[in-house]
Amino acid sequence: MSIVENIEEKLQSTVETIFDKSHEGRHGIPLPAFDVPSASSLDESLLRQNRAKLPQLSEFDVVRHYTNLSNKNMSIDKNFYPLGSCTMKYNPKIAERVAALDGFVNIHPHMVTNNMNDDIQGTLETVDLLEKTLCEVTGMSAFTTTPQAGAHGEMLGVMMIEKYHESKGNKRKYIIVPDSSHGTNPATAAMVGYDVITIKSDEHGAMDFDAFKEKMNEDVACVMLTVPNTLGIYNKRIKEICDLAHSFDAMMYYDGANMNAIMGVAKPGDIGFDVIHINVHKTFATPHGGGGPGSGPVGVNDKLKPFLPDLGIKKVNNKYEFTSGGSDSIGKISPFFGNYGISLRAIVYMTVLGENGMHNVSSKAVLNANYIRVRLKDYFDVPYDSLCMHECVFSAKTLAKSGVTAMDIAKYLLDFGMHAPTVYFPLIVKEAIMIEPTETENKETIDIFCDRMIEAVKLARKDPEAFKAYPKTLGVCRPDDTRAIKELDIRSTH
Amino acid sequence: MPYTPHTKSDIKEMLDVIGLEKESDLFDSVPAELKVGHMNLPDGLDEFTTFSKFKKLAAKNVTDKVMFLGGGYYDHIVPSAVDALSGRSEFYTAYTPYQAEASQGTLQVLYEYQSLICELTGMEISNASMYDGATALAEAALMAVRISRRNKILIDAGVNETYIKVVQTYLKFRDIEVEVIDMSSDKTDFSKVEEKIDNTIAAYLFQNPNFFGTVQDFTSIINKLHENKALAVMSAYPVSLGMLKDPGSLGVDIVSADGQCLGNYLSFGGPSFGMIATRQEYIRNLPGRIIGKTLDKDANEMFVLTMQAREQHIRRQRATSNICSNQNLLALRSTIFLSLIGRDGLSKMAQLCFDKSEYLKSQLSQIDGLTICNSAPTFNEFVIETKLSADDFLSQLSKLGFYAGINLSNLYDNSKNRVLISVTEKRTKEELDEFVKAVGGVL
Repeated sequence: MSIVENIEEKLQSTVETIFDKSHEGRHGIPLPAFDVPSASSLDESLLRQNRAKLPQLSEFDVVRHYTNLSNKNMSIDKNFYPLGSCTMKYNPKIAERVAALDGFVNIHPHMVTNNMNDDIQGTLETVDLLEKTLCEVTGMSAFTTTPQAGAHGEMLGVMMIEKYHESKGNKRKYIIVPDSSHGTNPATAAMVGYDVITIKSDEHGAMDFDAFKEKMNEDVACVMLTVPNTLGIYNKRIKEICDLAHSFDAMMYYDGANMNAIMGVAKPGDIGFDVIHINVHKTFATPHGGGGPGSGPVGVNDKLKPFLPDLGIKKVNNKYEFTSGGSDSIGKISPFFGNYGISLRAIVYMTVLGENGMHNVSSKAVLNANYIRVRLKDYFDVPYDSLCMHECVFSAKTLAKSGVTAMDIAKYLLDFGMHAPTVYFPLIVKEAIMIEPTETENKETIDIFCDRMIEAVKLARKDPEAFKAYPKTLGVCRPDDTRAIKELDIRSTH
Repeated sequence: MPYTPHTKSDIKEMLDVIGLEKESDLFDSVPAELKVGHMNLPDGLDEFTTFSKFKKLAAKNVTDKVMFLGGGYYDHIVPSAVDALSGRSEFYTAYTPYQAEASQGTLQVLYEYQSLICELTGMEISNASMYDGATALAEAALMAVRISRRNKILIDAGVNETYIKVVQTYLKFRDIEVEVIDMSSDKTDFSKVEEKIDNTIAAYLFQNPNFFGTVQDFTSIINKLHENKALAVMSAYPVSLGMLKDPGSLGVDIVSADGQCLGNYLSFGGPSFGMIATRQEYIRNLPGRIIGKTLDKDANEMFVLTMQAREQHIRRQRATSNICSNQNLLALRSTIFLSLIGRDGLSKMAQLCFDKSEYLKSQLSQIDGLTICNSAPTFNEFVIETKLSADDFLSQLSKLGFYAGINLSNLYDNSKNRVLISVTEKRTKEELDEFVKAVGGVL
């Protein structure tokens, strides 16, 4: 928490936190009155000696502070946000309106413990509706909405796979992931106690089939694939991969992060996948909230059904009841129904879309991505030159030789009211620029983005030095990340 | 088509540029044999019909009964300003703040959040949020295993019953030994716990106030843990920290908690958020995101994601956790809540909960056929035993307009007639008096 000595001379501008705005004796919101006799105090040893140093402000002070902070964000409502792998689409307002209804917001989760399902039939019906709709979209036979985010869903999926092998008396050691995978895949494997085998990608950007075949054996518990993958490529040999894995009784895990490309086109369950997680904050338009909450429902086929977590619902005589997990259940990964309020938004969105709407979403997402791919392919390096799905990946490695990196291009865009694409991911592409426009952007916005990207390349060729000064309009430019770690300051010392 | 802006001429122009004839050609890379004909789903609805449909579903739920359910999820006040500010789409439609210059709003809020959590818990450092209280406790246990390089976790039976189950699930897949230490009453038996502590234990997980509402001074256990270089991990109830000794002063090593009570709705259990706070020396073992303050190239102060070498997107299988999305928007709500309620407000809120709970306890204890089961002080929850089965008791009171508490017989043996009651600042004296009258009536 130390600050370098000459900081005062060096500092150009400082931030003002909520603590800096605090004034002794100021009060925010009034609390309900003390209308009962005051109780006799607990023993001193149980009591707090110094009150928590929370700030003291009026309600209006607080409102102004956070309203001003909100203005320092880019967001999908304000800005084109082509972050690859993140599916930053418009979040329809109808979902927020429904989710704010008193009848959904003020339901206590221990109604489950009390088995008082009569009073919450509406909530349980929305859970059922979501589970059934997701089954239909993915071709799986059952869903659980208990996982609280995509990575949490991954963990549940891998736990069920472990239980499946255990139930066959068949402990396994490895999980296979391609080198283009999301970091959560190998991290999840490790969370559940597996070692990871990473398979390189072939010249088309797909997992190298021969390398995979060589590593596939009876010690492999499962293969985790993102389909289409993080390069936006649909693996043509996916069925062969499933068949080979299944011949060793290994499970196929479908990372559904990129479901937005494929709704109504190909169902993971039909292809042969055994388990899938869905990121509803991507495909099903629930807001990202600046980093969360998500919700990560998990679907399984009949093979993995017995291992579903403890807590679900079923309909008996026209009434929803709770179910606990069977004797093979992995147990609980969440106390109740995960991020229910987020799952609710997802089913509202799906209700508006219906079957045609969902297919149309994927179709337009792929249309927008391919349009960008073609418009920009003469200006950047193209690591894999083929039709893409919902996102396209370029490389700035030629530009980088002249000193302008993918990060420089990203920072340049910020000055033009656009969020940057994902850069430096997937890790297998040098100077990667990963662009996912989503289906909700119109052609004019996409054209402006493409024009700006082309402008950036021209400028980079002419004057690479100029790039280091971007962004110029956001008040701050290029954080010193090394300093952030060395002079670690992660809390206010007011 | 909903939410896609493409006109016919847009589609044609774009396909021309791409060099395709029709839209369906876009999916040429998907093998034909994998393509599906259709999904068996209804047609889409306009948003007005959709709203009516869900409004009807919401109306099937009952929300007008007086709430005495707690057990980790509480019916506390939610100030209007929290909804208004967190409802700004500049916050809720932003992504994870990877591009720092475009995310200074979210980043500063999280820096303030980390600071507030440190103040609240008395701990040195906090991350930027976890999923919820249960998973935060499980991650704290994994953290303790990494720090101590030991493989055995003790859990006090006074920890929230569903949290124990979640912790057990997380740990069993890692072959970490878990022992739940039973309690014979509502209280932790300190000598029984201390007997179990030796130099093979990674950590002891406890909750204060415990699931039954009982408050105890865990100092002697914490001392014994430290003598054995084991960690004390406490699951806290943030509102109670307006009154009860903070974990930092108690000497706790890792604190986890659920943040629902700080300005978030019940929402059937989620979204809420989890907090995790610890000592500075353990920073490299923290899971999840951390926000730091630094300078930009021109020496302006700014905020960034920092210490990212712990995280999955950098470290992959060697990361401290697989967590990616956290519960940012709920952490933001609590930052705003804690700023609104302020230093005096939090103490007052805790005092209100305590006073009202004590009042209800004393009124109920005068009813024949009803016993208060707690043998030690409580904060705002307590257990009652009546001559009726918990099922009967709760369903009769539900008919009278009260959710009278949590049915402990569904969670524990020998608790057939026991109910856990929780009281918050929202319960008025009038409601409490009516409740006492109703309870007297059914017994």
